[in-house]
Amino acid sequence: MAKLHVSTTINGEPVEFLCEPNDTMLDALRGPLGLTGSKEGCSSGDCGACSITLDDRLVCSCLMLAAEAEGCRVGTIEGMAKGSKLHPLQQKFLEMAALQCGICTSGMLVASEALLKRNPDPSEEEVRFWLAGNLCRCTGYDKIVRAVLEAATEIRETAQ
Amino acid sequence: MNIVTNNKWIGQRTIRPDGADKVTGRAAFAADTAMPGMIWGKIKRSPHPHASIKSIDTSKAEALPGVKAVITARDIVDFPIDKSVMLGIQDMRWMCRNVMAREKALFPGHPVAAVAATSEAIAAKACDLIEIAYEVLPWSIEIDDALKPDAPILHEFNRFEGQPSNIAGRIEVKKGDVAQGFKEADVIIERSFATRPVHQGYIEPHACLVSVAPDDKTTIWSSSQGQFMVRAMVAHLTGIPQSDIRAIPAEIGGGFGGKTIVYLEPLATLLAKKSGRPVKMVMTREEVMRATGPTSGSKSTVKIGARKDGTIVAAQGTFYLQAGALPGSPIRGAVGCSFSPYDIPNVLSVGYDVLSNRSKVAAYRAPGAPIGAFAVECVMDELAEALAMDPLELRLKNAARQGTKAAHGPVFPRIGYVETLEAAKAHPHYTAPLGKPQGKLQGRGVASGFWFNAGGESSAQVNVTEDGNVVVTTGHPDIGGSRAAIANICAELLGIDYRRVSVLIGDTATVGFSNLTGGSRVLFASAMVVTQSTEKIITTLRERAARIWEIDPEAVKWENGAAHPASPNAGQFEPLTLAELAAKAPAQGGPIGAGVQLNTEGAEGGFGTHICDVEVDVELGIVRVIRYTAVQDVGRAIHPGYVEGQMQGGVAQGIGWALNEEYIYNRDGKVDNPGFLDYRMPVCSDLPMLDTVMVEVPNPKHPQGVKGVGEVPLVPVMAAVANAVHNALGKRFYALPMSPPRVLAALDAKE
Repeated sequence: MAKLHVSTTINGEPVEFLCEPNDTMLDALRGPLGLTGSKEGCSSGDCGACSITLDDRLVCSCLMLAAEAEGCRVGTIEGMAKGSKLHPLQQKFLEMAALQCGICTSGMLVASEALLKRNPDPSEEEVRFWLAGNLCRCTGYDKIVRAVLEAATEIRETAQ
Repeated sequence: MNIVTNNKWIGQRTIRPDGADKVTGRAAFAADTAMPGMIWGKIKRSPHPHASIKSIDTSKAEALPGVKAVITARDIVDFPIDKSVMLGIQDMRWMCRNVMAREKALFPGHPVAAVAATSEAIAAKACDLIEIAYEVLPWSIEIDDALKPDAPILHEFNRFEGQPSNIAGRIEVKKGDVAQGFKEADVIIERSFATRPVHQGYIEPHACLVSVAPDDKTTIWSSSQGQFMVRAMVAHLTGIPQSDIRAIPAEIGGGFGGKTIVYLEPLATLLAKKSGRPVKMVMTREEVMRATGPTSGSKSTVKIGARKDGTIVAAQGTFYLQAGALPGSPIRGAVGCSFSPYDIPNVLSVGYDVLSNRSKVAAYRAPGAPIGAFAVECVMDELAEALAMDPLELRLKNAARQGTKAAHGPVFPRIGYVETLEAAKAHPHYTAPLGKPQGKLQGRGVASGFWFNAGGESSAQVNVTEDGNVVVTTGHPDIGGSRAAIANICAELLGIDYRRVSVLIGDTATVGFSNLTGGSRVLFASAMVVTQSTEKIITTLRERAARIWEIDPEAVKWENGAAHPASPNAGQFEPLTLAELAAKAPAQGGPIGAGVQLNTEGAEGGFGTHICDVEVDVELGIVRVIRYTAVQDVGRAIHPGYVEGQMQGGVAQGIGWALNEEYIYNRDGKVDNPGFLDYRMPVCSDLPMLDTVMVEVPNPKHPQGVKGVGEVPLVPVMAAVANAVHNALGKRFYALPMSPPRVLAALDAKE
């Protein structure tokens, strides 16, 4: 079967790529697009390590066909920092030791950014339920939740 | 020696050296690597729990366009099953049969052949074309079935008490005379327990990329807890000498002990050698769940006797641990750690290694110790109840202290167990009132735990750059922030900002032999070699300054990142900074660097005491942990953020083990829940904040007082949760997990 041609926007850049009809978006990102920041932990949508945004909606890229990116805006971990300036979430994750091995970190950050865009002032419970689709086996989530709450505070204060 | 430090970086929450790479997606994990000309490897796995392999026909697979190599057990170096060849704690007889079935397939998912092809899809299709004639054999999964007189025997050569058996080993720890001891007891509690196998649950599946040149020069990128382990095991299993293998540690996406052995690397190496192409292999989650890890399921009986005043006079434990299909369950941890928190005159602790048709177990965080502690610490809770004593008081009364002869052998030096008990007792959590929400019952439990910790081989190279900064290379994969702690130590000794210290993990060609990341040994051992290397550098720097000043090196001290005259008598000189001395290095004796290689000694065991509050929904049977405090003697917290992180992560794994995690086997002897949806690890909304109290009783045999922290925090958790559930319901659970169906059944039985 011939490959499909897909035109999309990734992290603000127009991008074209070829994929098999049954390739997932995660396959395309990690393969031809060379964006290996999104990780594959399960390929069943349970671990969230492959989290990306599709037109600002948080999705597991392992559950989405690559061809579905046609005409959409895709956001990945690689687009989170602005040049050499880290996003406040990235900075707080570092300052508060909210990562250990780092394999879930990309997905956690992408999911947390999507949360704070919808809800700039989440409660601890709202953070916990939003991130319930992102597995972390190292941290017990404590420092991740704290880092997200701290980053939210900082972003709100900066915006004022 | 003349080094003045001011405690500026030790104990600071510095930013980890690999941090920016990990929050931006740059960090290269094993599955992120690629090479020109790379092809894909896939494994053909047995569908049967137990079957003789009569023949394997790979001709159709080899004929498929795109297939470049097919291997079977014939391609792997054979280790005869009746002759032990040890490599570290692993026996190559078992490793060779675990990576590829030889005479028999021993569990569903056992590799039988492997293929390399130009795409993953072609490799998978080729696996389907491999024809294997099996003679399916009777099998057993559970301990009771494997120990029945007519149980199918996995390995005919294996004998126990002279008979073919599925018991592959027995160990015993003995102190005093338990029979006599129990005669002196006023109260004796004896209970039996069961735990299920649980997976380490690292989020990153096993992955590797291997290139083998025509002269056999081999490069391996892989996710492991030890690049030197990878090199040695691949050398043993392929016949390629270690000097021709360069094993490069990729960033590792979690291990918890599960990546202390190889699965893919030898297969990818043989496929790469046979095909002449670099071969990449990545497991699916289902493969991880079916064919790697987990830790053992267990059955155990524990009996403890005490006098009326709470003095424990005797303790006995019998622990049966599942090995999986090849010997090697962590009975030493169960038998050796369980009674170690207590000063008991008479102890008998016995462990059995039981074979059955499951995947071979791998290390999991304090291997064996949490299984033993679950039984012992639940019995301690019942004993306290029977004696009408506070459970922490009972533990304090019997706590091991300096000079106590531990059941597992050593006489304890200065240890911090009592301090953890006192800190737990004094913590506001212990006396906070429990709530009484409608339809729910709350309860509180405590438990303690011990882990040996470990030393062993480590190497480091510390180099000063021409611009006066520092690069440290060590040989242990960084699994939870060890690079950050090493940067703190090196910066502290040199008296420079920690950001001037880069810490890297070297590959097998660039740093000296370093044993596994495991046993809570990494910071203990690497801090020793980094400290000695840095001290050598400081000696060199003092000598250089002395030469420039034309004074005796002993008259030079190192403080705040510069050489100073040690006293006014030494003369008046402007300090020479690290950067200045580095700039002058070419004219003053050349490059500045030092390496140290040691078999480190002096590791000391660690203790923890945990307090857990649960809330049980009596309608749904759901147990929720609503408050948790982990107290631990951590020796010295070099980077408190990552010490707390180890404690919190261990607690979360223990809560999963206690409440939900288990393999569910179907009637065909296969795992029915090989994914994260049905193998239910704790998610963010399942847990509360996890409070930590770091008690610091420094290890006197370590330059910074380090003891090791990673494993202790899993040991007490299941008992703490079970004791809390008992406190809530008035009902004890002797089997894990305490999942909703089991809790509901127990509540119904009560009614």
